[in-house]
Amino acid sequence: MIAARFPDGRLHLQHGPIDLIIEAFGARDEVEAAYRQAVDRFGGILPTLVRELPTLRRPVRDAYPLLHGPVARRMVEAVWPHRGVFITPMAAVAGAVADEMLQAMLAGRTLDKAYVNDGGDIAIHLGPGHSLRAGIFAQALDGAVTLTHDSPVRGIATSGRGGRSFSLGIADSATVLACTAAAADAAATLIANAVDIDHIAIERRPACELDPDSDLGDLPVTVAVGDLPPEAIAVALERGMEEARRLRHFGLIDSAAISLRGEWRLVHERSLEIGVGCARRLHGGAQSRR
Amino acid sequence: MSDELALSESERSAGIVRCDACPVLCRIRPGRAGACDRYANEDGKLVRVDPLVLLAKPDLARVAFVEGSESWAGELGKGEGAFITGIGATTTYPDYKPAPFIVSSKPDGVHMVTVVTEGIFSYCGVKVKIDTDRYLGPEQAAVRVKGEAVGHVTTAEYGSQMLSLGGVHHLTGGSKKEGVVTCDALLALCNKEPVELVIDGGSTVVVQAGRPPVVNGVREERMRVGCGSAAIGMFAPQWKDHVDEVIVVDDHITGVLSEHQGGRFLDMKPAGIRVRGRKSTPGRYFQVAQPGLGWGGTDVRDPLEIIEKIDPKQAWPGLKLLMVSTTGEHSAWFELDKDLKPQPAAMPAPVRKVVERIAENCEPALCTVLFMAGAGGSLRAGVTENPVRLTRSVRDTLTRVTLGGVPAYVWPGGGITLMVDVAKMPEKSFGYVPTPALVAPIEFTLRALDYAALGGYASRAVTLESVLRDNKVRLE
Repeated sequence: MIAARFPDGRLHLQHGPIDLIIEAFGARDEVEAAYRQAVDRFGGILPTLVRELPTLRRPVRDAYPLLHGPVARRMVEAVWPHRGVFITPMAAVAGAVADEMLQAMLAGRTLDKAYVNDGGDIAIHLGPGHSLRAGIFAQALDGAVTLTHDSPVRGIATSGRGGRSFSLGIADSATVLACTAAAADAAATLIANAVDIDHIAIERRPACELDPDSDLGDLPVTVAVGDLPPEAIAVALERGMEEARRLRHFGLIDSAAISLRGEWRLVHERSLEIGVGCARRLHGGAQSRR
Repeated sequence: MSDELALSESERSAGIVRCDACPVLCRIRPGRAGACDRYANEDGKLVRVDPLVLLAKPDLARVAFVEGSESWAGELGKGEGAFITGIGATTTYPDYKPAPFIVSSKPDGVHMVTVVTEGIFSYCGVKVKIDTDRYLGPEQAAVRVKGEAVGHVTTAEYGSQMLSLGGVHHLTGGSKKEGVVTCDALLALCNKEPVELVIDGGSTVVVQAGRPPVVNGVREERMRVGCGSAAIGMFAPQWKDHVDEVIVVDDHITGVLSEHQGGRFLDMKPAGIRVRGRKSTPGRYFQVAQPGLGWGGTDVRDPLEIIEKIDPKQAWPGLKLLMVSTTGEHSAWFELDKDLKPQPAAMPAPVRKVVERIAENCEPALCTVLFMAGAGGSLRAGVTENPVRLTRSVRDTLTRVTLGGVPAYVWPGGGITLMVDVAKMPEKSFGYVPTPALVAPIEFTLRALDYAALGGYASRAVTLESVLRDNKVRLE
């Protein structure tokens, strides 16, 4: 387990696969107290989570999984609306950890703003009148988003190839803004899965052949994507857009940005700016991983 | 390893390894990493992907890496003369499994084993030596950071004030806040960062390992040359021809030249100037003033304050008097007028020279931070199945204990209680866990035969070459 402060004051917490960058803004005493609360809460997160891992790795179907741990319950809550397709609570694990840690550090504190960045899945707190700029760094283009107190977005998550978990699709990235980090995490997983097309250049293998513990069982996950013609890229992106529009229609997400081979598609672009150099103008703030 | 963790026959034959570095207990297929991306399976072996810190040379002296240097090019990979530190090794607590690395290297043809681990020290603290005669606070006074007691003022040493900070009672025996603040302060001090300490009934001092202390906002430049009596012993012959009396002001012992053995030896005439305080032996006075931030670690601002009386039977008009502090930082020159009242006057050049020489002979004032901890309990279980034998082996000096490659002093008596100078350790050697407790690298080095004899995990030993091959390494 690691608990350390970066020279610029940000808090770094790491335990097993959980790797958090935390920053709080406000009165110095309040910020320090929030960091202490985060450190206090952190030790219990992973041990509690692993106790219910077997259940959390099973697909959610018609029966609502009853779980004890606060992070586990956030995960189930986030994936429950998506039970019509294959999904396990693990799709929201990173976001749920970020949400839980954010809540722990906010309890009893008065902060201007704060974020918990769990490997790109980010939970955000904004006080009245405050805003946060977040950058999106992907292969071809950079994006940026300004979150304000009066918008409902308090979670950002990014899914796709290149992350630590497997994807059923071929998206380089699917970044989602939603009410919570867990909700964004689950939705980003599904949108990234939907960016897909059958093509000979795409190599897939059963997840369990790569990771015996994968929650995806024997589902084919993408291991390599070769050259794709522009039409194939357009079709794959449009499928992702369809899924993102559907999720937005049901009120599950605020907006999404999907990238594949340098091509971008945005759903509800009012919240997002995508364009070369947008994010490079940022100074500080949270960064979303790929 | 319990049955729950055991892999099935088919998993084993598929080359899957079980990682037990954290509670997730990933099963990892060959060529892939666990959920954390920090541990991976390479050809059926669990390897760590975070960098370890490597010290060059088996004698543990660190040698600067010179890019392009002939002797180093390609040599690292062979592991010749390299020593792996515990930095980045990581451990679990309690230590239910062998230490991360048990490395067999052969310096000078002797088959050695180094057990490399990072220890979690619940019993730990720092001893801080602050080179200053300035008054920092009364002995036993609480030392505070952000209002929390993190330690106390302990017995002063020659030219230095001593603080004892941390320890189990402040870390885990008090309030949660006290523990967290103590842990933060210790971590910063051990990682050579500055920490502001406030002493009850005393001063505020900024302490940083290897740097001068800053007392109440004033940077300390130098240690005193000695007490007032010692200063007289050292410089009396150089003053003799230019002065009638010298008073060296010091918080411990103030010296008066003409009464002192040093002056008597030079046949100096008694000057009849009596200083306050309690006479020890001729020319040596205790407690001429209160401790403080003025002359020589006293509260004296005007040196004439410490003169109790001037005896008209012995003193004479025109008598030349030097008053100086034990660092040479303060000095004043007086001549007695016809009423035998000291009047300030211009200091003659030869006298000024000796005052400057006092300053020159003062060593630079530094803060030194010794990390002190007990490598007891379960930490030893990561080294051997029979922990007490490790303790005995260390006591018998068969086992050498280093922290980040720096030899530790092991306190005699029971247990493995050790001290090490943090200034010599590589950058960012220390970490912490929320317990709160500090995490520090620790290495035990001993002969392979002795290691087997004390019940060590000899079968877990790997060669230095393979550790270098399988792990990312940072060179110090």
